[in-house]
Amino acid sequence: MYGLIFRALPGPLWVRILLSVMLVVAAVAALMVFVFPWFSQFNPLTDSTIGSP
Amino acid sequence: MARSTLDAAPATGADRGAVRRRRSPLQLIVQIVGELLITAGLVLLLFVAWELWWTNIDADIKQDQALEEFFSDVPVPPATAGPAPSAGSVPPVGEDFGEPAVLEQAALTGTFGVAYIPRFGEDYSRPITAGVGTEVLDNLGLGHYPGTAAPGQVGNIALAGHRQTHGQVLDQIHTLVPGDRIYLQTRDGYYTYVFRNTEIVLPDQVDVIAPVPTDPAAEPVDRILTLTSCNPRFGAQERIIAYSVMESWRPPEAGPPPEIAEQVARTAGRG
Repeated sequence: MYGLIFRALPGPLWVRILLSVMLVVAAVAALMVFVFPWFSQFNPLTDSTIGSP
Repeated sequence: MARSTLDAAPATGADRGAVRRRRSPLQLIVQIVGELLITAGLVLLLFVAWELWWTNIDADIKQDQALEEFFSDVPVPPATAGPAPSAGSVPPVGEDFGEPAVLEQAALTGTFGVAYIPRFGEDYSRPITAGVGTEVLDNLGLGHYPGTAAPGQVGNIALAGHRQTHGQVLDQIHTLVPGDRIYLQTRDGYYTYVFRNTEIVLPDQVDVIAPVPTDPAAEPVDRILTLTSCNPRFGAQERIIAYSVMESWRPPEAGPPPEIAEQVARTAGRG
């Protein structure tokens, strides 16, 4: 799958490496900024209040 | 030499391409599923890193902003204005400023106070914000249980904070020693509480934040401060509760208690 994506990227080798690094960074940023904060509300291990908040 | 290398390169590439083309659909599916599983593992590791490391950085930034806003409303007299330099004179022990001024319940909105706990470190100053929802506790330090007392009021002021992650404001709660001072600051003054004991309870024991802890029917006479956090560390099967009793208070004009004067000045300066 990642091989297919890498081969589908345009340009010479160094451009494709640069593009794949950018894609990885974008995916990590999207996870940290949007997905994880949303998912965190389902994590019961960080509940520090008494009773049901 | 160079020529032979150039000749060899395309041939190898063609060989690899041939191998790829010969892969059956089943092999392709197995490969994609495998790559997805590896990705899922990496994403989970990233989530752990985010939760244990990044949330602390994020929360520290937001708490500093909250402190900055708080101190833009509450000017702090410079530390030298207090009785700190007059070391030779009578120490200000037992200063009595009468009945403490208390914020009204209606004024308990947003970040209305700061907590200083020297046991947790000389730089420990965390905002106190109304509410115990995740948006408060995850970002703005200590959360004030709605309906519980204001700082200095007869009854019980209950504050919640994370033991781990999101700034882990009460990470060190188990290190409190009876007699440790916990200082709360609002725009009406400084309130000194003395730590008494901790207790570990189940998460549904809500009476620990009653005006008289664990006795909801009783009429309060003492000024109690209750901190709640998760227990054990990195878990939430129980809650650790820390009780303190108010010892004294100082109006804002009198300046912060000498023990934390530097700390207050530093926090206000940083804000």
